[in-house]
Amino acid sequence: MKTMMGLINLEHEHHVFNELTYFRTHASIPFAGRYRMIDFALSNMVNSGINEVAIFARSKYRSLSDHLGTGENWNLDRRNGGLYILPPDWNDPSDVSKGDLQFFHNNRDYFNRGKSDYVLISGSQFTANIDYDEAFKYHIDRGADVTLVTTVAEELREEHIPYFRICADDLGWVEDITNEQTNPLLFTGAYIINRSLLMELVDDCIAYNRDHFFVHGIKEKLADLRVVMYRYKGYGAFINSIESYYRHNMNLLIEDNYLELFFNPPFVKTKVSSNPPAKYYNPSSVKQSILANGCEVEGEVDKSILFRGVIVNEGAQIKNSIIMQRCTIEEDVYLENVILDKDVHVKKGQRIIGSKDKPYVVAKRSDI
Amino acid sequence: MRECVGMLLAGGEGKRLGALTNQIAKPAVPFGGKYRIIDFTLSNCSNSNIQTLGVLTQYSPLELNRHIGNGKPWDMDRRYGGVSVLSPYTAKTGGDWYSGTADAIYQNIHFINQYNPKYVLVISGDHIYQMNYQKLLNQHIRTKADATISVIKVPWEEASRFGILNTTDSLRIYEFEEKPEHPQSNLASMGIYIFTWETLKAYLIQDAMRKTSSHDFGKDIIPAMLGDEKRLYAYEFDGYWKDVGTIQSYWEANMDLLNNEQSGLSLDNNSWRIHTQDSNYPPQFIGKDATVRHSLINSGCFVYGKVEKSVLFSNAKVEKSSTVSQSILHSGVKVGRNSNLHRVIVMENTVIPEGTNIHVGDNDEPMVINQEILNGMLAMTGGGKQ
Repeated sequence: MKTMMGLINLEHEHHVFNELTYFRTHASIPFAGRYRMIDFALSNMVNSGINEVAIFARSKYRSLSDHLGTGENWNLDRRNGGLYILPPDWNDPSDVSKGDLQFFHNNRDYFNRGKSDYVLISGSQFTANIDYDEAFKYHIDRGADVTLVTTVAEELREEHIPYFRICADDLGWVEDITNEQTNPLLFTGAYIINRSLLMELVDDCIAYNRDHFFVHGIKEKLADLRVVMYRYKGYGAFINSIESYYRHNMNLLIEDNYLELFFNPPFVKTKVSSNPPAKYYNPSSVKQSILANGCEVEGEVDKSILFRGVIVNEGAQIKNSIIMQRCTIEEDVYLENVILDKDVHVKKGQRIIGSKDKPYVVAKRSDI
Repeated sequence: MRECVGMLLAGGEGKRLGALTNQIAKPAVPFGGKYRIIDFTLSNCSNSNIQTLGVLTQYSPLELNRHIGNGKPWDMDRRYGGVSVLSPYTAKTGGDWYSGTADAIYQNIHFINQYNPKYVLVISGDHIYQMNYQKLLNQHIRTKADATISVIKVPWEEASRFGILNTTDSLRIYEFEEKPEHPQSNLASMGIYIFTWETLKAYLIQDAMRKTSSHDFGKDIIPAMLGDEKRLYAYEFDGYWKDVGTIQSYWEANMDLLNNEQSGLSLDNNSWRIHTQDSNYPPQFIGKDATVRHSLINSGCFVYGKVEKSVLFSNAKVEKSSTVSQSILHSGVKVGRNSNLHRVIVMENTVIPEGTNIHVGDNDEPMVINQEILNGMLAMTGGGKQ
């Protein structure tokens, strides 16, 4: 049986998350009430039948490895295969590799020992519930060297700027990979490549002192490779800035988006907790919101997302906001267009109002 | 804590729970929006650092076996010890169902012996309470007891419904009375025992040979020990404890979670978490016209109508213009539009069609429905009304 192994490459992902990445890598930013950004890439891989996944992580990955643990929540705690968080280097003085090629070079064993002939590589920023198995079948059927997973942006926005645009012929063969900003056909960052070809291209990139595998190994060699595109048509979002993060969280308050991202089996998986069910007191008022377990609500919550263990006291009002794990909102607080990172404590009577386009962000563990 | 092995009796059929236990054993009945009844005792064990636990199953064990699995949620997936599910078995000399609580332990003497413990904790998986067994064990060791029985003070007028222990001022037990007509004490046995293993083993073997015995801890083992003037002590527990043996008490215990300040039963205690298998459902979605008050709601739920004083398990859905009050909706229950439920316990995956009205009076026992019962009701009334 033909199978794939997975790789989540966090190197070279553009992002501007300011306060949210003071203490963590962008892949472990909390999302949608109980998830982390990386859960989508990881769950999609596992749900597509992949049972070994490596992650290239260079810095600030304490929270990431805490979140992933042994991988058991994704069924990746296995005798064969499993989950590997791979560091970039071994302090080898003869190592001349750069950029993500450093990861490939210093972790050759992962690829060489793998039992799969194909590798699915993705980033962590395209948030969707994709069945990569379909893309894989397409890859085999088309006899491609590389299959790029693409999507069409309905409306081009700032968050799309860093992503490559694809030009393809009628049969889907990729003719050009550009930065042409008016082209709405976007490369999601996910692609399937034959393993032996991957290693060959890695060697070639290192030999020529390159520092970006996709750009130099695939984009610049397009003429020599059979590269096809597979178009994903479901709900998806590129999240690479506070603004896009905020907007796409808020978009989930529209039921159809929420259902498509989370209620299409197989589900997106994340680390489980032992929080009790959310508790609503009398009085409390919660409208058009997403709440995780462990929340206790006495106040008012409107069009907001509450992560696990958030406490909203009587008389507090929360509007259009994202409140992360274990925040406490005291009596008579007013929050609007605000993002509170984990463990923030807002004292009685405080008012914090951000703007719709620029939400006010409070860093982890602050007291206000 | 390797000196003490736990034995959890989970074979209860729960006859008085009606449809709730048609397919599953009483300890596996869903409770509190996310849990099963047995999670409370399993979590008590893991929070009390009991590292070796035998779970004795008998009646409809499938769901229970799957729920316990390798014991991971309770940190009981261990190389040495951990949780073992012990079902009745046959051997060279024959085999039989567990004929009583004491017989269940007797038939698993070899299981306990392999860990060579000093003490054995015997508990049952159908009670709701949060208790540190370590404290019970400490008293047992301090008083050099042969057996220590956990007791709780019950109202005098109810004492004749319980097994009552008569003790001296120092809590040494001199008499055990099962459901006494004229109770002399209001200390009721909670069915939680710690025995010194050597002593218990001798009594179990002795009891197994007595043909007339009902092989029950309360009826046979404890009276036999008292007859021999063994050292039996009571341990007084003063927290929340409830035997959810009837539909009324099952419903009440769920409602007690909503009034934790009065009832003392709380799921919010970080140092005494109740653990369970988590379904990994997405967070709950509350619609723009929804009203949710005084309720517990688990992940995966969708609420568009009104929910009051109710407990919703994972993936339940309450549609627009519907009201659910003082009710319990198990996993996957869907309540259609314009429906009203009052004091109803709805079992897993039941779909309630639009315009259904089920109202149980405040003085009546709450009603348990599943799809079959509901379809029967709807057929009789010829549609959505009752």
